[in-house]
Amino acid sequence: MITIIDYGAGNLFSVKKALEYFNADVQISDNGKSILESNGIILPGVGAFGAGMKLLEKKNLKDSIAEAVRRKVPLLGVCLGLQLLFEESEESPGMNGLGIIKGRVKRLPNGLPLPHIGWNEVHIVKETPILKDIRQNNFFYFVHSYYAEPYQEDSIYGITDYGIEFPSVISQDRIFAVQFHPEKSGSEGLKIYKNFLEIVYGYNTSH
Amino acid sequence: MLTKRIIPCLDVKDGRVVKGTHFIELRDAGDPVELAEYYDKEGADELVFLDITASIEKRKTIVELVMKTASRVFIPFTVGGGIGSVEEIREILRYGADKVSINTQAVMNPSLIEESAEIFGSQCIVVAIDAKRDPSIDGWRVYINGGTTPTELEAVSWAKEVERLGAGEILLTSIDTDGTQEGYDIELTRAVVEAVNIPVIASGGAGSLEHIRDVLKDGKASAALIASLLHYKKYTIREIKEYLKKEGIPIRL
Repeated sequence: MITIIDYGAGNLFSVKKALEYFNADVQISDNGKSILESNGIILPGVGAFGAGMKLLEKKNLKDSIAEAVRRKVPLLGVCLGLQLLFEESEESPGMNGLGIIKGRVKRLPNGLPLPHIGWNEVHIVKETPILKDIRQNNFFYFVHSYYAEPYQEDSIYGITDYGIEFPSVISQDRIFAVQFHPEKSGSEGLKIYKNFLEIVYGYNTSH
Repeated sequence: MLTKRIIPCLDVKDGRVVKGTHFIELRDAGDPVELAEYYDKEGADELVFLDITASIEKRKTIVELVMKTASRVFIPFTVGGGIGSVEEIREILRYGADKVSINTQAVMNPSLIEESAEIFGSQCIVVAIDAKRDPSIDGWRVYINGGTTPTELEAVSWAKEVERLGAGEILLTSIDTDGTQEGYDIELTRAVVEAVNIPVIASGGAGSLEHIRDVLKDGKASAALIASLLHYKKYTIREIKEYLKKEGIPIRL
């Protein structure tokens, strides 16, 4: 079972449909116990860092996520879900993130329109199972004004250029995170979910 | 590099496409979801559904459309047309739409922009502005109710105001050029693009490949909304995108 964490932010329905495209068993849940019993978890999300963290705290989900990560349950963070994995964000000063990945979230530089909305390239700097069969410099759909910067540079697997080069694919252990929306990036985007299912179940999915 | 977006607009009434039903390769060209899937395959970067249903069934048909589209189409899509409350926005986003576009209600009740941007995030709030050149205000006047009712607002200042209130994008339609197929209003588009720091989608007047190039290059728009040009099969999305790429515009192909 894959659990999409429902903390009240984000387009959960589209993420669910993308996973169901590969016939995955998917549930949307805000229950800590179900999260811990899952084979894989997805932390989705759109909106502001502070609001997202407050919702996770209100639903008492911080500890369950941390515990799942300790138990090496594969986790995929998407967009705001990627950012929440970090320690803090310039978007909401004083608010602690999940702190699962060391580093901070910063605002994209001024000069270009913000949010960064649209299709942009992901330059793969290192291979990772989550990017399996993805073409070099493929386009994905982005919608964000902030980006995460891990302290450990070797956690960066993909970068994207928007005024500056920022990390768009980040991974540590069994944690995978993408700044773009794979569920909105056409057939190449769907491959990210297929790859996640293969990481979780360790075998090829149908389709 | 961030690419410029080509966005087909589908006019929907009572759950059916009302323009551009000439697609012989589709089983049911009046089915908005089938048409959406077709445009996705053709390389559309996003989709906009403009719902012009006036009946009391409106909300139900929109939700059905959103759910079906989100199950089968994996590119972003926006829903607009008569959306007026936070509750409606919540419902449309919950069932899989990425953005909603608000127009008349944004003018009537600007706090709707602020409130919905705060709850759902700026990225899903598109404010649609319909503007018409008006020498008496030395600029462009904002119209509401499908372009039929003039307001006191000037388009460039209204654009700045909606950005301040939290809009994530502006969908800018020129009433002067809409439906003419004689080209986008480059001057209006550029004036708005230069006044704000959020993406502007230009709409109204595409009749040739050059028109699209001009509004992206000279008008500096982030995206071009295209309706009749596609609906009447003058060009396919692929042809449009190949042309733009050849013209040196960053395009996803």
